[in-house]
Amino acid sequence: MRMSAQPKLSDNSVSRCNAYRKKILELSRTVSALHVAPAFSCIEIVDVIYNQWLSKKPGLANHRDVFLMSKGHGCLIQYIILHEKGLLSDDDIKNYCKPGGRLGAHPDYGTSGIEASTGSLGHGLGMAVGRAMGKKLQNTPGEVFCLISDGELQEGSTWEAIMMGANKKLKNLTVFVDNNDFSGLERMSEAHPAFYPLADKFKAFGWDTYEIDGHDAMAIHQSIALAHDAPKVIICKTVKGKGVSYMEHEPIWHYRSPNDKEYAIAMQELACHEK
Amino acid sequence: MRNKFADVFFEESKRNDKLVLVVADISPAGSVAKFREAYPDRFINTGVAEQIMIGMTAGLAQEGMRPVAYTIATFTLYRPFEFVRDDICYQNLPVTMVGVGGGVNYSTLGATHHAQEDISIATSIPNMSVIAPSDPLEVDAATRWCLGTSNGPVYLRLGKAGEPTFTASAEEPWTYGKIRLVKKGSKTAFLTYGGISKIAFQLVAEKKYQDASVYSVSTIKPLDVERLRWILTHYDEVVVIEETSGTGTLGNQIKRLAFDHGAHATIRHFHLQDEFIHIYGSHDDVLNAHGLSFEKIKSTLAA
Repeated sequence: MRMSAQPKLSDNSVSRCNAYRKKILELSRTVSALHVAPAFSCIEIVDVIYNQWLSKKPGLANHRDVFLMSKGHGCLIQYIILHEKGLLSDDDIKNYCKPGGRLGAHPDYGTSGIEASTGSLGHGLGMAVGRAMGKKLQNTPGEVFCLISDGELQEGSTWEAIMMGANKKLKNLTVFVDNNDFSGLERMSEAHPAFYPLADKFKAFGWDTYEIDGHDAMAIHQSIALAHDAPKVIICKTVKGKGVSYMEHEPIWHYRSPNDKEYAIAMQELACHEK
Repeated sequence: MRNKFADVFFEESKRNDKLVLVVADISPAGSVAKFREAYPDRFINTGVAEQIMIGMTAGLAQEGMRPVAYTIATFTLYRPFEFVRDDICYQNLPVTMVGVGGGVNYSTLGATHHAQEDISIATSIPNMSVIAPSDPLEVDAATRWCLGTSNGPVYLRLGKAGEPTFTASAEEPWTYGKIRLVKKGSKTAFLTYGGISKIAFQLVAEKKYQDASVYSVSTIKPLDVERLRWILTHYDEVVVIEETSGTGTLGNQIKRLAFDHGAHATIRHFHLQDEFIHIYGSHDDVLNAHGLSFEKIKSTLAA
């Protein structure tokens, strides 16, 4: 069980996340199309998971937290952080989406630091439920973190996983919903209004349910720190394309890479955020 | 076959606490019920939810367990197909996916329950091994291999219940990835797998084919190409009998290999039709409608 009454959030997550956004933009210059905006919406979530929680705990044999990026199209932020941690090399980053490289626009199991091959939506949570169950059966310590997109909640398989996570009372499973309210095509709450509010659905399945600002690192950190006796979901209200004005809430940036002018504007805006 | 699988699984589970059975609302008959009683934590029923059945097995395998997914063949392979492909096969995880009632075993339940093209589908996925034992004794050996030795994805295609035993005095033991000589002969070789093997053994009980060989090709993928080449060049006639349809059948693979190798053996291929035949009745009734009966094959071979 996780308990930390007054969790400390180490250092400067704001400037760190800003730097991550810049690196992602730089990388986006090297390929014709990739998922900038969906990575930007979950940067603070992934940052807190990797930089505050995901580690081997000293003194606990076999302890291993794992993180599954179910929304595989957000993997750019994973790559940047794994590179920073030395699990991916300069060459890995340089050869992103290129022949001879091993990093694609969706993450592959077997690449250092990547725990699941995702990209097709609605797969990660089922695997996360299996991993949490595997830890429970073997009495292995460690939390299973899984980040899903709100679009994945439209996949029936996600609800099969939500049902089983609750049935098996997986208190070692924490799920984040990157609730940026945009799928590839349009604003989801407008296209599918009957689906909302989201939190009620999880509560009905018996999940410990929280709703927070998904760009507030302290809120993310504190939500993770809360102990739970059922699987936990943290619904993170986020902004797709967060940090670059022309990308925010604009579906086209699910796919597009910025041109020279757009790139310059984006870097300028991010530089301003730092001040 | 399913009872033999259950017996072996239960036996192995006593020795290996990593074995987990994940089922999708299929009744735990025979030794599966005993397993459930003895190890309730390691028996997981996802309910009528096959995507999570497969997804969970992937996660369990990644945590070091040896999971087995188990339900009726159509629901093991077809309903959660993309999960089989992406979660298990793409990630190359040691998960055995058991399909009960492969072919048209569920003869009264209609085409929704007929896994009549499962072999073609399963063999088409990279990393997947496909095993369809010919009798309960082969189920015993194949199950032990899946549970103890396999280190990748396996589609283990079983029949249902009451299949006779043919391989008690086989010329060779069952080995994964190997074509097995069961009855030694010459001139004609019968190549078969699964419960439909019974027709090959009925045929070699006839005077005309008493000198024929029977091979069990229970590992359909990876195919024992080396031995197939030998068979194609050492027999005049090769008769393939299989309860499946589609482009990836054993017969089609053999014909392709024969062409590539310039082999001149006559190849006769008996298989399910590429058709939803609307018929209910016994397993034999449905097979007969597809042209897979002893009498029909015998008369076709005689023609």
